[in-house]
Amino acid sequence: MATATPTKTETLVGKRVRRQEDPRLITGTATYVEDLKMPGMLYAVIVRSPHAAARIQAVRTQAAAKAPGVQAVFTGADVESVGPVPCAAALPGLRVPKHTILATNRVYFVGHPVTVVVATDRYLARDAADLVEVDYEPLPAVSEPEKALAKGAPAVHPEWPDNIAFTTHTEGGDLKKAFAEAAKTGVIVKERIISQRLVPMAMETRGVVAEWREGDRHLTLYSSTQIPHLLRTQVAIQLGLPENHLRVITPEVGGGFGSKLNVYAEEALMGFVAMRVNKPIKWIESRRENFQTTIHGRGHVDYAEMSATKDGTITGMKIKIIQDLGAYHQLLTPLIPTLSVLMMPGLYNFRNVEADIVGAFTNAVPTDAYRGAGRPEATHVIERMVDILAAELKMDPVEIRLKNFPSKDAFPFATATGLMYDSGDYAAPLHRALQIVDYAGTRKKQAEGRKQGRYLGIGISTYGEVCAFGPSPATPAGGWESATVKIEPTAKVTVMTGSSPHGQGQETTFAQLAADAFGVSLDDIVVIHGDTAVVQYGIGTFGSRATAVGGTAVYLALQDLRAKCSKFAAHMLGVALESVTFEGGVFSSGKTAKTVSFGEVALEAHICRNLPPGMEPGLVVTRFFEPANFAFPFGAHIAVVEVDKETGETKIQRYIAVDDCGKVINPLMVDGQVHGGVAQGLGQALLEEAVYDEGGQLVTGELMSYSVPKAHHVPEIECDRTETPSPVNPLGVKGVGEAGTIGCSPALVNAVVDALSPLGVRHIDMPMTPQRVWRVIQERSRT
Amino acid sequence: MIAQSFEYSAPDSIAEALRLLASHQGSRVLAGGQSLIPMMKLRLSGPAHLIDLARIAELNYIGETNGSIRIGATSTHNQLATSDTLRQSCPLLAEAAARIGDVQVRNLGTIGGSVSHNDPAADYPAALQALRAQVRLVSQRGERTLPIDKFLLDAFTTALEPGEILAEVIVPADAPGLGSAYLKHQQPASGFAVAGVAAQLGMKGGKITTARLGITGVASNSYRGAAVEAALEGRPAQDSSLAEAAGLAAKGVEALSDVYAAADYRAHIAGVMTRRALQAALARAK
Repeated sequence: MATATPTKTETLVGKRVRRQEDPRLITGTATYVEDLKMPGMLYAVIVRSPHAAARIQAVRTQAAAKAPGVQAVFTGADVESVGPVPCAAALPGLRVPKHTILATNRVYFVGHPVTVVVATDRYLARDAADLVEVDYEPLPAVSEPEKALAKGAPAVHPEWPDNIAFTTHTEGGDLKKAFAEAAKTGVIVKERIISQRLVPMAMETRGVVAEWREGDRHLTLYSSTQIPHLLRTQVAIQLGLPENHLRVITPEVGGGFGSKLNVYAEEALMGFVAMRVNKPIKWIESRRENFQTTIHGRGHVDYAEMSATKDGTITGMKIKIIQDLGAYHQLLTPLIPTLSVLMMPGLYNFRNVEADIVGAFTNAVPTDAYRGAGRPEATHVIERMVDILAAELKMDPVEIRLKNFPSKDAFPFATATGLMYDSGDYAAPLHRALQIVDYAGTRKKQAEGRKQGRYLGIGISTYGEVCAFGPSPATPAGGWESATVKIEPTAKVTVMTGSSPHGQGQETTFAQLAADAFGVSLDDIVVIHGDTAVVQYGIGTFGSRATAVGGTAVYLALQDLRAKCSKFAAHMLGVALESVTFEGGVFSSGKTAKTVSFGEVALEAHICRNLPPGMEPGLVVTRFFEPANFAFPFGAHIAVVEVDKETGETKIQRYIAVDDCGKVINPLMVDGQVHGGVAQGLGQALLEEAVYDEGGQLVTGELMSYSVPKAHHVPEIECDRTETPSPVNPLGVKGVGEAGTIGCSPALVNAVVDALSPLGVRHIDMPMTPQRVWRVIQERSRT
Repeated sequence: MIAQSFEYSAPDSIAEALRLLASHQGSRVLAGGQSLIPMMKLRLSGPAHLIDLARIAELNYIGETNGSIRIGATSTHNQLATSDTLRQSCPLLAEAAARIGDVQVRNLGTIGGSVSHNDPAADYPAALQALRAQVRLVSQRGERTLPIDKFLLDAFTTALEPGEILAEVIVPADAPGLGSAYLKHQQPASGFAVAGVAAQLGMKGGKITTARLGITGVASNSYRGAAVEAALEGRPAQDSSLAEAAGLAAKGVEALSDVYAAADYRAHIAGVMTRRALQAALARAK
């Protein structure tokens, strides 16, 4: 048996290691759900509602059932035995509409699934879908949350005519007193701020393959999901299957951004179909279905008020959030705005807050977690309000921020909304970003430009976020994570994580941790995830948690395994355990000239020729990590823009991102996460909006009309970092998956507002399309 | 996103293509497929038979004879954008071709397909209107040549008759000293023109002698900027003339309106793009 293991002393954590995942991704050899083919496989196409609201009077499937190649057609009545699509939120008084996997007597949004057609190939299934006749009686629809809450609006769900799914009220400190004082001697600013509906737009749409083995009553579900284990639990409940008769596998997942942090109707539906037809079944979501039926993000109308003293000390803030929920609750729908409330103070140390949420049903696809999930909305509001306050007081936006940060020795810092910020030095990334941009020089250029009639703007966003979800009591289905690490007899290392990376790169970062623990190379390590029959239960990848929580579980398992290896080594060297040291893949001791390699230990632990007394054979450890708190990354983003006053177009001249995500395992990948996050943030700021018309039709429902950022829309992003370790986990890491998105949109809006400030402009809503900016300029130029 | 089933033929001569077109009910001509295929996948179009022109060698050429440039219908946008003939003798058309879609679209999409489809926001029509282009149409009944403004009738509507194929686009080679430019404000998702302006200017002794303008994206059909042209000819070749004339770009035009750009904004952008295109063209004129 070969035991040779390359030894090395160089460590990999903290290095710009290239992603292990990339070769298969960029050569097109990765396996996605769509790539799976099985003998006898059938294909499903779903017939969906073209109406935003309608009664179903009849569904006629006879013609479709007789069409060439069609094996089965199922309607809402056929699937009544399947449990509802789950919602994990447990807010007091929450109204939860019954969310069946196919509509029965009513449809609530365009794209609502009504019937599924199953045929021997996808083309025949698609042709037959056109033969399904559904008689609809269209009903009035309402697709905007504020209109849904108005008197006399059509009821999305007839049992709740006010369209209110829930309300919450949160208070901290004494806001009434703060506002009363500000009214007398200080200042109060107000604004209505929108974080518009967005389509998450993963490059890979959703897809499900289901395979039923009648003999042992075992269902395998392949799904493009971020949460294989949670999905297994939920679908087992929906289908009435024992959980250990269901295996969920996530092959390669081509992006999720929160949209695949969910349990969708199609997952149980394909399980149901496979069990009924007893053949493998595949359903791949089309791009149009993705627009219409995969969750959307954001959908906030926020009314914010901020009080301050005349010297710019913020004393309080009040917010009313109107959350567009869509027609149903998906897994976390009602919880997303609660994160906005938690993060409403941003990085500032005021003590008095009041927040109300009104969750409004609309005839639209549900909203849910989309990159940032509640924190971009909160950050957008606080960072806009701080700029509005600065403008009101004629203060520099830098000065007002520095004045209101808690000092770096104030951590852990308890916020007015009940969070405990773990660690921070909020001025540090701001100072660094100002230095990179040459703030004074850029302000001078702006002043010169204004003399020539040019609209240059500098926008600052000092964001904070809550991530690394999280302590289990604060997370709907457990906030811990798991890892199993196995050392094979040939000294190869297998890491199994309960998190479910789908682009974030933990196959590399976790391998970096393992390589450093055992002095082996990355090629000796395999990281396995996303198969519930292979990997121990875990929670999944979302909320910038996989490294901070999942990585810590890996780290703990590695430490335990190293300790066990040391015991074997001590026994093999014939010395006391305390004298054993490990470096560069070699165990040695001051008590002997002998050494044993990691490879020799790995072999001995399996063949056990000389098992130490009291030791069990084998090198496998499973650990779970339950974090005691969230982690709180922060940073400063600065955008320099020029607005074309004739067309309203915004050109980004510079974009600086200085992020602090705690200790960094791989700077290359941190940069990559920031780049991607900023791209999605600028998409929201400048380009994207899911627009429903009065009748509830999604007007921007394809890539010809919905504008996701393209390469040419994204400027060079100047990345830098400060590094403040988190005390929450032994790795000191925080999280970076969402930081770019959270930091970006206020930087750009603040920049455009700054550019137009000579016209008296105080706020512009997103997306800041040329037309919208032009209208603001027109309006302001007239007054 | 799956089309209805259809028959498919790939003839290798114009004669064979015309025969197939005449003999198959519900047939449509396929060129680069950059509009037709997506429409079929969305089931907005469901032809029973597709006649693919891609293999007809006699439809793919760009050549100059006697002051005219003749462009075969299946010439791709990329072929036009990189054609030495066009760059030397009619840079406006090459510039417009280079602004179409993205690299993938330009490698497959063709001038014949685009012009026959007549999307009101396509780029070519602006340049072809400015250039006073002609199109040669062929059918089993014979052939005819039409000026571009008699061919492009309305949104997605042309003078093509059943059984007819657009075989060739003809543009005049530029007179010496003409400057030209194509500028567009594009819808960021589709890349189509919200307002696309093709301008050609000639000058002599500090005065504008020639002004030609085509505008796309603004109305339900592309159009010649006749009012702007009239306001420019004979005027001093300076910014103030251009700015004044550009104000007429969308005058009397019923501008399109959509989520991205309402009619008033679109008309305004037409004016801005017109002035900028004229400025760029003037800077290039000798």
